[in-house]
Amino acid sequence: MKRILPILPLLAVVVLVQLVTAWTGTQYYLTQMTMAAYYSLLIIGLCVLMGYAGQISLGHAGFFAIGGYLSAALTTRSLVPFKEAALVRLLDNCGMLHAGKDLYGGELLVVTPWAAAVFAVLVAALIAVAIGIPVLKLKGHYLAMATLGFGIIIYRLVLATPWFGEADGISGVPPFQLFSGVTVSGETSVRILNYYLAWGVLLCGLVLLINLMQSRIGRALRAIHGSEEAADAMGVNIARFKLQTFVLSAVFAAIAGVLLTHYNGGIGPSEAGVMKSVRYVAIVAVGGMAHLWGAMFMGVLLNFLSLRGVFGSYDDAVFGLILIVIMLFAPDGILSLITGRKKQAVTVPTVQQDREV
Amino acid sequence: MSTELFVQYLFAGITYGSIYAIVAIGFNIIYNTTGIINFAQGEFVMLGGMIAITLLSFMPLPAAIALAVIITMIIGALIEIIFIRWLKNPSVLRMIIITIGLSILTREAAVHIWGENIRALPYFVGNEITTIGIMGARISPQVLWVVGVCGVMVAVLHLFFRATSVGREMRACAANRLATILCGINPRNMVTFSFVLSAGMGALAGCVMSPITYSQYDMGTGLAIKGFTVAILGGLGNSGGAVAAGLLLGVIEAFSVSVVPLAFQDAIAIAILLLILFVKPHGIFGSGEAARLKAF
Amino acid sequence: MAILAVENLHRRFGGLHAVNDVSFQVAAGQIKAVIGPNGAGKTTLFNLVSGALTPSSGVVRFQGKDIQGRRPFEIAALGMARTYQNIKMFAGMTALENVMVGCHLRGKAGFLSSMLHAPWTWNEEREVLGKSMELLELLEIGESAHVLATSLAFGQQRAVELARALAMQPSLLLLDEPAAGLNIYETAEVGRLITKIRDMGITVLLVEHDMSLVMDISDEIVVLCFGEKIAEDLPAAIQNNPEVIKIYLGE
Repeated sequence: MKRILPILPLLAVVVLVQLVTAWTGTQYYLTQMTMAAYYSLLIIGLCVLMGYAGQISLGHAGFFAIGGYLSAALTTRSLVPFKEAALVRLLDNCGMLHAGKDLYGGELLVVTPWAAAVFAVLVAALIAVAIGIPVLKLKGHYLAMATLGFGIIIYRLVLATPWFGEADGISGVPPFQLFSGVTVSGETSVRILNYYLAWGVLLCGLVLLINLMQSRIGRALRAIHGSEEAADAMGVNIARFKLQTFVLSAVFAAIAGVLLTHYNGGIGPSEAGVMKSVRYVAIVAVGGMAHLWGAMFMGVLLNFLSLRGVFGSYDDAVFGLILIVIMLFAPDGILSLITGRKKQAVTVPTVQQDREV
Repeated sequence: MSTELFVQYLFAGITYGSIYAIVAIGFNIIYNTTGIINFAQGEFVMLGGMIAITLLSFMPLPAAIALAVIITMIIGALIEIIFIRWLKNPSVLRMIIITIGLSILTREAAVHIWGENIRALPYFVGNEITTIGIMGARISPQVLWVVGVCGVMVAVLHLFFRATSVGREMRACAANRLATILCGINPRNMVTFSFVLSAGMGALAGCVMSPITYSQYDMGTGLAIKGFTVAILGGLGNSGGAVAAGLLLGVIEAFSVSVVPLAFQDAIAIAILLLILFVKPHGIFGSGEAARLKAF
Repeated sequence: MAILAVENLHRRFGGLHAVNDVSFQVAAGQIKAVIGPNGAGKTTLFNLVSGALTPSSGVVRFQGKDIQGRRPFEIAALGMARTYQNIKMFAGMTALENVMVGCHLRGKAGFLSSMLHAPWTWNEEREVLGKSMELLELLEIGESAHVLATSLAFGQQRAVELARALAMQPSLLLLDEPAAGLNIYETAEVGRLITKIRDMGITVLLVEHDMSLVMDISDEIVVLCFGEKIAEDLPAAIQNNPEVIKIYLGE
């Protein structure tokens, strides 16, 4: 499979990084590399939505938060008070509940990570459908503001709901045993395993999206971006494809949220914040919008640097600056400066045309 | 609900509503001359309040406010000249991202200059506990300042656009950019001027509201999204609609306090925004015809 | 049998009556031309037929079905393809990919099977690729298959657009000024090509300014002026129709 060949060198780099850190005794870098990989999973999903389907979303941290918060709450909030409720019993009978002891030895009954994760991702997908149907009819500024509004609502909800821990977020999220021997957890003992796991997930996601882009669906998406009117006349059901892409990217975001939350053992409201959404958009823009590899590379690099605290208290400012500089000088992404790759300027309507047509 | 409580809520609503209307008109001014929605609009309000608070330790209140407005206007002009002026046919997405970047940078600059503390200008007349009675309700005189200043701003702006040549040139530029160039008007200067004007209005609003609502480095985003809600509600580009819509949103928000928890107050404005966008994208007071001309 | 029937079609833009009570039919296997001076409402008529605009009143029947209110992609699925006066290429895609989008309706691969690159999609992909290449070669632009469509010469872009429309295997093809911007040799070439398309069994409805082309290849001609149909006849009769001559040459 020719199209997946470029993955191999990348895989080699991933292994090399692990070996180098082991050799130099800097394994602690792997923690941030793992987290950066999960964030990048969200970013490549957003890249398909923004770069290929041409729809901006300033609310993707919302989907990340839906995934993360739901799986965190379900796996930590005890269902003991509702033990007798029919739903809880049903779940218990299906083996979806897990009984245990809390810190103080009290009885604890929570949803198993697998059931919680599936539920969280499903909810994110359903919300994406419900939000997507009306939102994707909008364009330009309207779409940007509507998705921003969605993100803020999610942020306010987690901030104001005791079940989601309000300003403190949720901590003490248990490890997530994917299958026997493979557990998503931040424990030092499984650091290397989790590093490979995160990168495995990211690369799988990348392969899936690369496949998608080179298929009938990918061509239809790019056609929509190229000329909506002509794509319509070719029989492409634009509304449906936009919606499906939106849901797909929301699912990627939710999966990233679930896994990272179990890895970190918790989640806080800042993960749902507007700044996070803006940051994801910034990274996709830096990567070159319609450029999966660029988005993934920039996603890993910038998130890694940010998580290492390289930018200090200027973290958000750095991303703001990146946005402006890239959009002013290299709207086709930073890679276009190196390769000279120029995309056709006609792909997107300009502000003036938009108003006067 | 008792009459005095009703009046109390009403005035709270009108106060916030006036501010939203001013932010919305700021959006409109820039939108009309450029077709850009300036996501950094809320930051002008923040800058106005913050700069005035700093200047207050060197000069009396009126001078501090005047100077703060002027400084914010200069910042508005600089933003336009440095980041926007020289772009040729930028795409909508590009402009959205640039103005979002500007809003983040402004906010981050503010947090490094002024810190995360909540600050406030002193009350223009009296202090926190000074009140005047209106229909049994106790209203702070500052509320009247806010409503009054915002009202005067809207009136002056209206006159400016109708009766001065610069105002007419700006309107011409909004109607047809190419034809304006042919008439010998430089639309670029008009664009710079629209940034100056909307920065100045935002800053003045930021000063008069500061004693009541306080100023903080991150107040811009919330104001921007509410201002945008109002601008859409009133029909993008329609300033009369913005005033009506601003007051409406302010009053709805104020009365919603008695029904839903305070924490969800912002969510209400946004839910209204989403609802309007889904049902009637060109706004309640905006006409479909005008929206088509400026269609997105 | 008429493949396309337009009945009492109206379209107003504000006070302007762009298409005013136009009726005509296109028989299957025909080349039918719509002519008229600038602003006669030809392109509006096309947009109404293809679903890009909705009529103020009147009916468009395609293959006997009333297509009123259907979206362009639904009409496309019924077997109607079109080109544009000002070419609309899919920017950022190669000529070949542009044509492959034309095969969209005949493909079945969905999101999931595409992402998994499932074996049952391979055959379909190969067929689409082969068919698209074939069409590009038919239009003699095979060597430009892997060039970005928007960087091709104007005439070549026309050809890509035509190949893209043919890839849909339509029963009716709408051509909006296929010879605009072409020199006389290229125009003659386009004429031969349209005849060939008709011989493949595809009905053609075209809007064109170039009279020599229209008179050469059309089976029937409709003349529009200020939104109204003023004549519908065989080419030879149209050439001698005094009203048509008046419009084109003045009093």
